[in-house]
Amino acid sequence: MSSTGASVADETPSPGGRDPLSGDGAATGRLGDRIFAGATVGAGLLVVVVVVLVGIFLLAQALPALRVDQASFFTSTQWHTGSTLAFGIAGLLWATVATSIVALLVAVPFSVAIALFLTQYAPRWLSRPAAGLIDLLAAVPSIVYGLWGGYIVAGKWAPIQDGVSTVLGWIPLFAKVDGITGGSTLFFVGLVLAVMILPIITALSREIFDQTPTTHKEGAYALGATKWEMIRTAVLPFGKAGVISASMLGLGRALGETIAVMMILSGLPQGAPWTWSLFNGGATFASKIASDASEFSGGLSTGAYIAAGLVLFVLTFVVNAIARVIIDRRKAFTE
Amino acid sequence: MKALRISQLAALSVAGTMALAACGSASNDDAAGGGGTSAAAATSSSACTPGNLTGAGSTAQQNAMAQATAGYKARCGSDVSYNGTGSGAGITSFITKQVDFAGSDSALNPQGKDGDEVAKAAAACGSPAWDLPMVTGPIAVAYHVKGVDTLVLTPSVTAQIFSGKITKWNDPAIAKLNPGVTLPAEAISVFFRSDSSGTTDNFTNYLNTAAPSDWTAKHAKDWSGKVGQGKAKSAGVSQAISSTEGGIGYVEWSFAITDKLKMAQIDNGSGPVALTAESAGKAVEAATIAGTGNDLALNIDYSTKAEGAYPIVLVTYEIVCSKNADPAKGKAVKSFMSYLVSDDFQNTLTSIGSAPLPTSIKDKVTAAVAALS
Amino acid sequence: MTTDIAAPEAPEAPRPTVSLDGRSGGRKAKNTLATVLVWAAFLLALVPLVWIMWTVLGRGFHVLLSATWWQKDQSGALPPGFDTNVRGMRHALVGTLLMSLLTTVIAVPIAILTAIYLVEYGRGRVARVVSFMVDILSGIPSIVAALFIFAAWVTTFGLKIIPACASLALAMLMIPVVTRSTEEMLKLVPNELREASYALGVPKWKTIVRIVLPTSFSGIVTGVLLGFSRVAGETAPLLLLAAYTPYLNENLFSGSMAALPTLINNQFLSINDPISGQRVWGAACTLILLVLVINLLGRLVGRLAKVKR
Repeated sequence: MSSTGASVADETPSPGGRDPLSGDGAATGRLGDRIFAGATVGAGLLVVVVVVLVGIFLLAQALPALRVDQASFFTSTQWHTGSTLAFGIAGLLWATVATSIVALLVAVPFSVAIALFLTQYAPRWLSRPAAGLIDLLAAVPSIVYGLWGGYIVAGKWAPIQDGVSTVLGWIPLFAKVDGITGGSTLFFVGLVLAVMILPIITALSREIFDQTPTTHKEGAYALGATKWEMIRTAVLPFGKAGVISASMLGLGRALGETIAVMMILSGLPQGAPWTWSLFNGGATFASKIASDASEFSGGLSTGAYIAAGLVLFVLTFVVNAIARVIIDRRKAFTE
Repeated sequence: MKALRISQLAALSVAGTMALAACGSASNDDAAGGGGTSAAAATSSSACTPGNLTGAGSTAQQNAMAQATAGYKARCGSDVSYNGTGSGAGITSFITKQVDFAGSDSALNPQGKDGDEVAKAAAACGSPAWDLPMVTGPIAVAYHVKGVDTLVLTPSVTAQIFSGKITKWNDPAIAKLNPGVTLPAEAISVFFRSDSSGTTDNFTNYLNTAAPSDWTAKHAKDWSGKVGQGKAKSAGVSQAISSTEGGIGYVEWSFAITDKLKMAQIDNGSGPVALTAESAGKAVEAATIAGTGNDLALNIDYSTKAEGAYPIVLVTYEIVCSKNADPAKGKAVKSFMSYLVSDDFQNTLTSIGSAPLPTSIKDKVTAAVAALS
Repeated sequence: MTTDIAAPEAPEAPRPTVSLDGRSGGRKAKNTLATVLVWAAFLLALVPLVWIMWTVLGRGFHVLLSATWWQKDQSGALPPGFDTNVRGMRHALVGTLLMSLLTTVIAVPIAILTAIYLVEYGRGRVARVVSFMVDILSGIPSIVAALFIFAAWVTTFGLKIIPACASLALAMLMIPVVTRSTEEMLKLVPNELREASYALGVPKWKTIVRIVLPTSFSGIVTGVLLGFSRVAGETAPLLLLAAYTPYLNENLFSGSMAALPTLINNQFLSINDPISGQRVWGAACTLILLVLVINLLGRLVGRLAKVKR
């Protein structure tokens, strides 16, 4: 990965690269330093404490419900929280993961391309207003995405989806599911989520690409690289860790998105047959919790939903851990 | 000072609106008349006790509450905020003393899924909490079939449609009930509420009571049917029906009215009955009181064969402390409750998709409200 | 930010004439393809953007032109179908501003300090744990954050819900966004700057406050704005923690408080009614406009700070 042609003298750290001045010893002794360092540590620990408390809260609320759960929590798709508790998360997990993956697969390439456009390709007069335009997407509240997606785009999408499932229906992912209308499927929700997370990933990627050291870029050009080769060898490697980090933020939002998903996605009746199709309805963890939150009473039945929240929490944990490993491994390569 | 000024402004704007409505609309004369009466009748009925209140709960009575808070503000000048969070959340808010009253589409349940709601509410109040039926919200079976303007359904056929046994509109069972109506050969798309709701609870309770052999699942706030697509909130169901040819679903009456949906007539055994305020009121009249003393929890007879009664109704309660720990708050609650049960308010309900309480029940509620403190 | 974009164009110009290398045709094609794809991606991304804006502005903008919309609240609103007045959203606008501002005040210091810790101080296991926890926090769905605050505030402490509770839950959502973006920006500050400062005998904390933070100021502002946009449009926590009210309330510490998203949610129930529909789209329009204005202000601040430097 050191094919960037950067000189050895160039000490600009890559994002996610070596920590700046590790162990620089510059902070020893002085009172101001000790106070400031203490404040930063305090803030960091506060975040840890909050997350741990959330974890404890989720566990404490979920365990009693899990203890009396009459269904297999991980493999069942039923969700009964009336007088008898029988609930399982298989359906929720699939819907959450499927929509988020669709969203990420669509949004990341677009975001990177747009960030490259804004920082490397767009004429100067265009790049700033264009960036503002994309940021505007981040300003749209999720309930508006829900209205727009569910009430306006859904009808237009339905025939497209029917076409896709006619041609590609032999692939289980794109099989037609009877009784679920086009604009209310997992796949469609994934697309709307992609639009929602696009500005987040774009904004951060843009900032990072923008910071690619000129020396790296000029080095690439000096070696006769075309613009695309320069991007591939200088900009992208420099920004990779940052893009992954930004994608994780986007993924976090997709996994936890509530209102828009709730408004768009069709619910399934109890005992609906299992299918791997993306053209099916369902409910994600967050949308399930939110749509039933109106009947929460804080006892055992609520615990079932909290247990679902706990799985989402753990899911995020795992996804982030994987992302960490990827970033760290890449770091090892770059160094 | 500021609050005063704002409330004056608001009062002015209300008065303005009502005047406008009274002048301008021939089509809405029910509402305008109702609004006008309530403003004009300010002097005639019970006195106001000032005090701002907060309530939360059932979305089924949100429209009625919007009407009530506007009317009450015009009459008494006090702000009542009602937040349609859902019945369960409303009761939770009431039990944790977040709100002064809860709106709920089911009475407090001593065997609630999370414990004894009656005891919890009494503990929060320091006195027994009462369920006061205030607003009747009929549930419409709405459908969207081109060319079919009237549709008669029996409990059994309704249950078979919603459980997926009948899948085509031209099924002989439907045709038999609707002689002379040309039913298309298209598929039936069933829509249900994907969120937990009292509407689902009442509707499935109706199916289970009136057609026990065709609908075996017990009533619940979550949809227990085997077919259909879930949509979020009444607005979602209503929207889905109006945009899907062959669609059928259950929504609160007010939504069916706003979205101009066609509503099925229900034949519970004594002939088809269309949904009107009067026919829904008759079903409530047939209800028996399950609560004791001034606690007026109702038992609705879904299988009622009373002449001209529309059987699928939902009654929402206001849940209040019988004796409020804070006397001023207690008086304010009493004042608002007596407005709710007054004719001025009850008579406006028809126009917003709710039905007024039948006299027999209203008298009991009035007595209970008088005993509040 | 964009200053170094134009410069590298120059070396490209003469290249096409050198076609001795057999691969260069392919390389050139690849380059062209990349250019086309990047442009296409941008233009394609404009489709949903324009579509949403078209929808929201087309349905809601005319509502914003009425003075009542900005001056009044929703008190006296009649049920859908009977109200002939759109009335105002002042209560919701004030609520959104107050709650989001309190959120920002809570979240931004914590987030920036955490980011500074991660980049400038954090070493070893503790730093890894903190960094990981920030990621986890970003994955907590808003509704779970709200349930958590509800449980802590009501169940544990037995307090009455106040609008500030919503800010606490929103802060949990804002912190990771701001921390992550600030962290990325701080990492980009060249070490030469820090070293030069240390060499002059400037203490580390002062180096950070006077050199590192200002250098990455515009990036940090971008992060804060992203976070603000995120929380200003958030609905789910407000449903649980800041009961909607049709009346204006300017006190974060008592009563219920409306916000633009909860106004939308409240009116969405009857969206097919023309008046409610106008309120929904009008409020959506206002919210987008609000975030836009705040974004522009932030950018302006960012640019001014840069010029000063």
